[in-house]
Amino acid sequence: MEVRVANVRKEFERFPALHDVSLDIKSGELIALLGPSGSGKTTLLRLIAGLERPTKGTIFFGDEDASQKSIQDRNVGFVFQHYALFRHMTVADNIGFGLKVRHGAARPPAQEIRRRASELLDLVQLSGLEKRYPAQLSGGQRQRVALARAMAIEPKVLLLDEPFGALDAQVRRELRRWLREIHDRTGHTTVFVTHDQEEALELADRVVVMSQGRIEQVGSADEIYDTPNSPFVYSFIGESSCLPVKVESGEVWIADRSIGLSAPHAASGDALLYFRPHDVELLDGCSGCIAGTVAASRRVAGTRRVELEIGGERQRVEVELPVDHPAAQKSRVAFRPRRWKLFPASEPGKAS
Amino acid sequence: MTTAPAPAGWRFKQPSVIPGFGLTLGFSLAYLTLIILIPLSGLVWRSAALGWTDFWAIAADRRTINALEISFGTAFIAAGVNVVFGTIVAWVLVRYRFPGRRIVDAMVDLPFALPTAVAGIALTTLYAPNGWIGKLLMPLGIKVAYTPLGIVIALVFIGLPFVVRTVQPIMEELDKEVEEAAATLGANRFQIITRILFPGLAPAIITGFSLAFARGVGEYGSVIFIAGNLPFKSEIAPLLIVIRLEEYNYPAATAIAAIMLALSFLMLLVVNLAQSWSRKRYG
Repeated sequence: MEVRVANVRKEFERFPALHDVSLDIKSGELIALLGPSGSGKTTLLRLIAGLERPTKGTIFFGDEDASQKSIQDRNVGFVFQHYALFRHMTVADNIGFGLKVRHGAARPPAQEIRRRASELLDLVQLSGLEKRYPAQLSGGQRQRVALARAMAIEPKVLLLDEPFGALDAQVRRELRRWLREIHDRTGHTTVFVTHDQEEALELADRVVVMSQGRIEQVGSADEIYDTPNSPFVYSFIGESSCLPVKVESGEVWIADRSIGLSAPHAASGDALLYFRPHDVELLDGCSGCIAGTVAASRRVAGTRRVELEIGGERQRVEVELPVDHPAAQKSRVAFRPRRWKLFPASEPGKAS
Repeated sequence: MTTAPAPAGWRFKQPSVIPGFGLTLGFSLAYLTLIILIPLSGLVWRSAALGWTDFWAIAADRRTINALEISFGTAFIAAGVNVVFGTIVAWVLVRYRFPGRRIVDAMVDLPFALPTAVAGIALTTLYAPNGWIGKLLMPLGIKVAYTPLGIVIALVFIGLPFVVRTVQPIMEELDKEVEEAAATLGANRFQIITRILFPGLAPAIITGFSLAFARGVGEYGSVIFIAGNLPFKSEIAPLLIVIRLEEYNYPAATAIAAIMLALSFLMLLVVNLAQSWSRKRYG
C-alpha cells in the first residue's frame, strides 16, 4: 500500500511539532524516519497510524483519504518501543487478538486464529512459545511477538516506533538483519522511527532525515551520506568537520589565504565549509591548502584522529590520518578536503 | 521485569542480602499477636465457655441467623454496587482533567473522615418518608429508611472510598501504549475496556471489594440510624451483639461475634484466593 503524507501540520497545544510535512512512501518500501529527539519523527509515525490527528493536511493510503478514518479502520500494524504486549494474555492470544476482536463474518474461526498465530510465531522464530506469558520472555523475544501481533491483521502499512530502542546492542543488530529478511519475505510497506543513523542507513531503502519538525532530506543511504543538502544533514549523518570561510571571486578563503578550492557557483560572502574528516588529501607544502597546528591526537581503531587549530581564530577541525603517515608526528599538518560542500553562513541549521 | 517461575513446593522466599528480615518478621508477628490475635482468641475462649449445645442454640436461633443474613447480605450488595461506581469514579479522576477535579478527589475521602453516626443521621433525614429523597421515592412505593435497602445505602456511602482508593493508583499506572496497541489491532473502545483494561484492574477491584465488604459487615454507627432495627427485618448482627451485651448476656454476645468472625475470615480468605489466582493469571 502506497502512503502519501500531504502538507501535514501538527500542533500540540499551539506548539508546532510538525511544519507542513509532505512525504511519499512507495508500496513495499522499507523507509526510516531518522532524527534527534524532538524532531517530530514519532509524531509523523503516529499521524500515519491514526494515533494522532493532523492539525492540517491529509494522509492518503493509496487513493483513499485515511485521515478521516479511525485508528481501528485504518488497518495498520504498529510496534511500540516498549512492546506494549497484553501481559495477561499468552503469546498466542496476543498474536490472535487482532483477529479475535473482529465482528461477524470477518472473524476467522478459533481454529484458524490458532493456526495463524503459530504460523506467525514460526515466521518470527519463536515456535513453541504459544503458551508463554510476556513476562516470561526476554526483551528481544517480546519485540518479535509484538511484530507478529502487528502482522497478524495483515496490515496495509507496518509502523515501528524505535522498535529496537530498548534492546541491547547485540540483540539490536541481530533483530535489524532479521527485520530486513522478514520485510523482504512479506513485502509490507514498512515505516520505522529511529535515532540511530547506523540502523537507518543499514536497514532502510530510503531514509527521511528530520529536524525540528521538518523533513531535511529524503534519499537512499548513499544520497544522504554523499550529498547531504543541508548543514544539519551533513553534521547529523556520519562525522563531519566544519570551518567558517569566505567566498570571493569563485575561490574559497580562510582569512587572507586561498585554500585551493574553487567554487565558481557559490555566492560571495561568509560561508561554512563542510567535509568528512576521513575524506582529505594530506599535503606537504602549503600553497592552497588548509594548515593547522596539532592540538590533540587520538588513536581510533585503524586510524589516527588529529584535532587541528586553524588560523588566528583557532578554529578546531578533525582530520583522519593513516596511523603510519609521517604527518601524524608533525606539529603542523596541511591538507585539502577531497569532497566538501559550502553552505551560506547566515542560516545555521537550515536547508540552503 | 522477568520473573523466574516459582519453584515447585513451598519454601521461604530467599530474603535479599540487605539485613532486616529476622527483625521485621519478629516484630510483625509480635505486633499482630498483641493487637489482633490475643483479643480475637479471647473472643473464641469466652464463647467456648458456653459448651456446644448452648452455642448451637444461639447460633441456630432465627433472630441470630436473620441478623447475620442481613449483615452479610447487605454488605455484599453494597460492596458490589461500590465496585461498579467506585471504578467509574476512579476512572473519571484518573483519565480526565476538569475544573474541580481536586475537590471531587478530596470528596471521595469524606466517608473515611466523617463520624459514621453523622453519616447515618444525615442519610436517615434524606431517605425518611418525609425527607427530601424519601418523599420522592414514597409515591413509587420504594421505602428506603428503616428497611434493608437503607442499610445498603449506608454501606455504599461508607465503602466507596475503599474501592476508589485501591483502584485509582493501579489505573494511573496503566500503560497508554497498550490501549493504543489494541486500537491499532482493530479493537473498539468497549473491547479495549473489557479485554485489556479490566483484566489488569481485576486484582485491585477484588481488593477494593473485599475491603468495602469487610467494612460493611462490621459497620455499626451509620447503619443503626437508618435501619430501623426491626428484629427479623432490618437488624444487623453487630447491633444484636450490643443488645445481648446490654442484657448482660455475654456468652450469647461472644457466640454471635465468634460466628461473625469465622464467616468474615472465611469470606476474606476466599476473596484473597480469588485475588492471588487473578494476580497469577494477569500479573
